[in-house]
Parts: sequence; C-alpha cells; structure tokens
Amino acid sequence: MFDVVVVGAGPAGSMAAKTCAENGLEVLLIEKRQEIGTPVRCAEGISKQGLKRFVEIDKKWIAAEVIGAKIYAPDGTEITMAEEMAGNEVGFVLERKIFDRHLARLAAKAGAEVLVKTAFVSFERQGEKLKVKMRRMGEDWEVETKILIGADGVESRVGRMAGIIKTLKKSEIESCAQYLMSNVEIDEKYTYFYIGNEIAPGGYAWIFPKGNGCANVGIGILPSKAKRNAKYYLDKFIEKFDIKGKIVELVCGAVPVYGEIDTAVSDNIMLAGDAAYHSDPITGGGIANALSAGYLAGKVACEAVEKKNFSAEFLRKYDELWKADFGWKLRRNKKIQEFFLKLDDSALNSLARSIAGRNIREMSVQAIIIEILKNNPQIASIFKEVL
Amino acid sequence: MVKRVVVNRRKCAYCGACVAVCDSLALELVETFLEINENCTGCSVCVKVCPMGALSLVEV
Repeated sequence: MFDVVVVGAGPAGSMAAKTCAENGLEVLLIEKRQEIGTPVRCAEGISKQGLKRFVEIDKKWIAAEVIGAKIYAPDGTEITMAEEMAGNEVGFVLERKIFDRHLARLAAKAGAEVLVKTAFVSFERQGEKLKVKMRRMGEDWEVETKILIGADGVESRVGRMAGIIKTLKKSEIESCAQYLMSNVEIDEKYTYFYIGNEIAPGGYAWIFPKGNGCANVGIGILPSKAKRNAKYYLDKFIEKFDIKGKIVELVCGAVPVYGEIDTAVSDNIMLAGDAAYHSDPITGGGIANALSAGYLAGKVACEAVEKKNFSAEFLRKYDELWKADFGWKLRRNKKIQEFFLKLDDSALNSLARSIAGRNIREMSVQAIIIEILKNNPQIASIFKEVL
Repeated sequence: MVKRVVVNRRKCAYCGACVAVCDSLALELVETFLEINENCTGCSVCVKVCPMGALSLVEV
C-alpha cells in the first residue's frame, strides 16, 4: 500500500511527489504519457520569483530571460512594464520538455516511484483508504493508497470523478494555439501581449522569446466569445502583424480561467495545478501556482499520514494554504477579467492611452490596474472591492 | 435524429481541451489518440472549444 498516489507528472504532480518522498512517504507518481513533458501545452512564461521559491534554477531548461512586458491595445498603443535595472530579469521562458523531466527526476531522486504510460482510470473507497485503478502499459492494474493527489491537468479525471470540480463551461476556458517560430525579429528582452476583441476575443495573443531568434507565437480565445477556432485567429494575427518567421512546431492547449474554486479536496483526495483550476484568469499563467499547490498538497499529505487522518475536514488545511498563497489572486483576477471582458476595443484603447508612456516598474496585473486607476478615477468604484 | 462528435485525426493536435469541457466524460485522450465513447450526448461544447477545428457533429 502507498501513502500517496499522484496522478500526472507535470509541475504540480512532480512537486507533490517530491515533497511527500522527501518526508519519507511511500509515493507513486503516474503519468499517462510515455514521455514526460511532451507534447507541450504551454506558452512557457513564468516569473522568476514564482520559480525560485520552489526550484533551483538550472540553465538547461531556461530558454530566455526577460526584463518586462509590452502590451498592445487594439489601436497599437504600447504599454511597457519593465524592470530597468540591469541584471534584474523578472521573468523566464522555460523549455517545458526539459523542465518537466527535471522535476520528475527530482521526485524520483527523493524516493518516489515513477511510472509512465500509466493512466488513472477510477478509484473506489474502501474504509479509510482508496483502491486506485489504472491502465499500466495497456494492462489493468490497481494499488491501494491512503491519499490520492490529482494533478492531471485541465481535463482532470480525478477531480471530476471525485465530484470536487464542475466541468468547465465555454466561458471558463481559454482555447489556445501556438507556433514555435524561428527567425522572429523581436527585442528578446521582452514578452509581448496583444489584446482586442477582434484580434483575440476574450483572450490575448502573445510573443514570448525562446532565444536564438525563436519565439512562442500564440493566442488564447474564449470560445463563448469567439466565432472561429484558435488556430484561425492565430493565423490572422500573424498575417496582420506581418510576423516573419518559420513555423517549426505547433502547440495547442486549454487553460482554465474559472477563478478560485471553493475547495480542492474531498475525503482522501486533493487536487493541484490546472486540475484545481489554479491558473490565472487574466494572464493564463499556471506554472508558479502549480508548483506552490503541489508543494502545499505534499506537505498536508505528510501531516495527514502522520496523524492518520485522511478526511476532507483534515485535508481542508490544504485549501487554507493554497488560498492564502495564491487563491486570493485568482479570485481578484477573475473579477478583473470580468471587467475587461465587457469592454469593447475603443474602451480598451482609451484605457491604454491613459497609461501609455508611464513608467510601470513592476510586471504584474496589480501594477497595471493601479496605474489605470490613477488615471481613470471614474472607474475606481468598480475596483474598490477587488483591490 | 441522434448526433455524436467525431474527430478528424489529421487535424487533432491532441491537447485535451475537448476532454476538459465534456460533462459526460465521453472523451479520453490516450497519448495522441482521442477516444470518443457512447456517453457522447452531441452537446457540441467540445466542437466549439477545439483550437484546431478538428471536431464535428454527425448524425448516427
């Protein structure tokens, strides 16, 4: 019998497995794919701070370092957010294929069992413990465990079978398409964001440098607002902005933009990362929250095993921890997202013009909202309760 | 007239967006292979969410 079975070897799952194994628990980490880290479904951007809290930086999986972001309104108005001090890079663009493998290896090194090509099928409660059914290299297989951590991504089977999360609606998910392009001519010290109802209904388009002239050029759209699919809008974006470059890879994916869920636990079960809709409703960023959630779920699993208490009531300690760490930000950014979704392109243009040229020193949603409020006191009441 | 979702595997980029919005757990992504089972109600949410336009409804 295992203490903990973790489903999914992405950042949340590997971090949870590593944390549990480091504390002496018997851990099994399963990944349905035969190769951890591929196919990628990510734009790969993360703040330096969000990464350094949990992982020692290794250049092998850093594709590029950036000092800030440039945001473009529908009429082309540019907003720059940058840390201007040299050496103060604030963000990374990762090489997820290598990063995810690195994290899984850290979990294995800490003592976790790792199985690839092993998919979660279902679970059954048996008294205090769970029987977890899997398909391992195509064969039915089952193990017993005290705790099950679902880190199985946006399509979480664990979360929905446990009844913890509701299936996402068309208005709660960003549908994304991205090309890795070579020979892209950009200043590689920045990430680039393009907003607008025509360009990217309910989302944004992005260009994230990946070093050596390569960049992730992608788009996320809200299916409830969009008339066509993400690839259509991506191709249109590339044409409109005349982005020269050769497509050397296609990446698709979906990002939950649900906001904060009430609880990520039930008896014996915790969810972490995209499985718990932990990605940010404004930026779509999810890696930093996934690392944090995985770590916190791992910590609470260790306590639960020590106290021999696997009840939802006990595991709610994990809810308290992730909500205090970043859940409040999901809640706030969901409200901000709802405000922006109501704006047409001319309203977006005028907000952008009101803060264009300002020196925004911090790369965060909060910094940009504060700057907007300073220059648009008439909408202050809308944000009063949010900030 | 019962409708069900079918996948064009030459377009599918196996991202799992459809799996995430399927309320009937009718879709499962096995590596790069999308499986659609008989639980599909033909609600078409997945068709709308697919980034590649790889899904469509057909009469069965």
